[in-house]
Parts: sequence; structure tokens; C-alpha cells
Amino acid sequence: MSAEQRIERGSLNWFLVGMRGVLSLPALILMTSYVGFSAFALEAGLSRSEAVAMTLGIWALPAQMILVGSMLGGANIAASFLAVTLSSIRMMPMVASIVPEMRTPKTPVWILLFLSHFIAITSWVFAATHLRDVPRQHRVVFFAGFGMTLTLTNAVIVGISYGIVSQFPPMVAGALFMLTPVYFVSSIWASAKQVVVKLAFVIGVVLGPLMALVSPQFDVLIAGIGGGTIAYLIDRYRRRRKAVSQESA
Amino acid sequence: MLEEYWVYVLIAVAGFLATDFWRWLGVLAGNRLNEESEALNWVRAVATALVMAVTAKLIVFPTGTLANSPLWLRLAAAGIGFALFLASGKKVAVGVAAPIAILVVGLLILQP
Repeated sequence: MSAEQRIERGSLNWFLVGMRGVLSLPALILMTSYVGFSAFALEAGLSRSEAVAMTLGIWALPAQMILVGSMLGGANIAASFLAVTLSSIRMMPMVASIVPEMRTPKTPVWILLFLSHFIAITSWVFAATHLRDVPRQHRVVFFAGFGMTLTLTNAVIVGISYGIVSQFPPMVAGALFMLTPVYFVSSIWASAKQVVVKLAFVIGVVLGPLMALVSPQFDVLIAGIGGGTIAYLIDRYRRRRKAVSQESA
Repeated sequence: MLEEYWVYVLIAVAGFLATDFWRWLGVLAGNRLNEESEALNWVRAVATALVMAVTAKLIVFPTGTLANSPLWLRLAAAGIGFALFLASGKKVAVGVAAPIAILVVGLLILQP
């Protein structure tokens, strides 16, 4: 067998390892959220195929909810675009923070552009947690296996559950709604290796709800860019002081 | 609601383009960042703060059924759950199971 074939085999393996991530807890939680989206889409008057197209084409649950909401409200295409795009600005730093860890110097940009479509909160957390355990040359394939499978699976789930599940019992629905945030809290904290990430975590948790009261339209952006910058500056100050005290010691 | 083809145009333009535009910008920006660079530290901080802001909002201002539960119960579930998660040596399973258990027990007790 040639060396090339062996590499190919390794890649296929990593693709399958990535695919298996679809059976992880966060992926299963996300699937229940998409069952919820399917019920919401039906209620809003979307057809089954429209709900599936939205899941495949947007692949960001908040943006999908906003688009359905603005369609319901009869907003025109420009207003809908504006509402959705404002909620999606957060994608830029999320993708930008994953790309340097995922690519090799040889990874073509078009592959990264294509794979960026599959980055949303769940896959961002998955990438931030697991990429470091995958050999660098296989990371793109590993993420492709997870991201593409997760998106396709949820599109299928939206298609199948459309019209079947109208509502969970309140107690179950309440627990499901709570699963997503508490999973993010513990998994992001557990995967935070750098101090700057922990600082940003704490500041984001505090600023998010606070800014929602002050500026509901831009709360997440302000909390993210402002809070992230504060965390970065605190961390830089901390590192400088440490460096200085080490020099003088 | 709307004409059939127009919904797909709306999904393509106001949905797909409106979100993937930012993802593409993220690739172009991230592709210039070195893994050890200061700029990546800042981008990581911003991304983490963003995601946590969204997450905290899900707990403090939930939509759907959870909106009917008292805020103090949700905060207690998340707070005590996080403390137990830290005490367990950062076991994610504890960080998920503990808050859910507290929430469900609380809801059962409060049920009229």
C-alpha cells in the first residue's frame, strides 16, 4: 500500500471519529432544540421543506427563530436581513478563534470557507474542547465529520418531527431548555486552559444579562466585544506584572 | 403566508447570506492569526464572552416553558450546580445533571 493510501485511511478514520461526536451529550441536546424549532416552524405556518431548508441554509438556531419571527411579522426582505445579520455578527469571532487551531499551513481557504458554515455554538464548543486532542493534519477532516453530520442529522430531525411533536410536557420542556445553557457553562469552563478564557467567561456571564436590560438590541455584541476586550486587558496586565516580578526576582 | 418561491429567496438572502457572510469574514480574519499571537488571545476572549453572554441570557431571560419558573430557582440551580461541578473536579456530567435535578425538584415543590 502506498503512503498516500495510508494517509487517506487515517483521514477517513478521523472523519468517522468526528461523526461519532453526534452521539455526544451536547449534540443530543441540540437535537431536542431542533425538535422545538420544527414545532415552532409549523405553528408559524412554514412548510416542512421550508423548515428543513432554513436549518440547512442558516444553521444557527437564534437566527432561524428571528427569521421566522420577522416573516410572521410581515417584515420585508431588507428588514429581515438586518435582524438576522445583527444576531449573526457573533459568528465572526467564533469562527476566527477556531480557524487558527483547525488549519495547517497547507489547508486551502475554500475548505475553511465551506466548513465555516457548520460552526454554530454547539460545534464551536465541540471544536474548542476536542480539536487539541486531534493530530493537526487531521483536524479539518475531524471537524468536517462532526459538523456536517450534526447539521444533516438535525435537518432530518426537523423534517421528521414536523407535525409529529407539537409540544413536550411542560416539565420536560423546562428541563430541556435548561440543558443547553448548563452544558455550555460546564463544558466551556472545563475546556478553558488559558486564564484569559476564564476571565472572559466570567465577564460574559455577568455582562450578558446586564446588557440585555440596558441595550436589548446589541446586548450580546456589547457584552462580547466589550467584555472580551476587558478580559484581554486584565490578562495582559496580569501577564506583564508576572513577567516583571520574575525579572526582578 | 407568503408565495412559495419568495420564502426560499428570503431564506437564501436574509438567512443564508446574512449569517454566512460573518462566518466567511471569520475565516478570512482567523486565517491571518497565528496560533500563539496576541490578537488570537483577544479574539478568543471576545468569542468566549459572546457565547457566555448568550448562555447567561438563556438562564436569566428564558423563552418558552422555562419563562414561567421563578428566576431565583434558575439562578440557584445554575449557581449550586456550577459549585458542585467545580467540587467534583470539573466533571461535565455533574455540571449538567446537578442543575437539572435542582430545577426539576424545585419545579415539583413549587407546583400548585
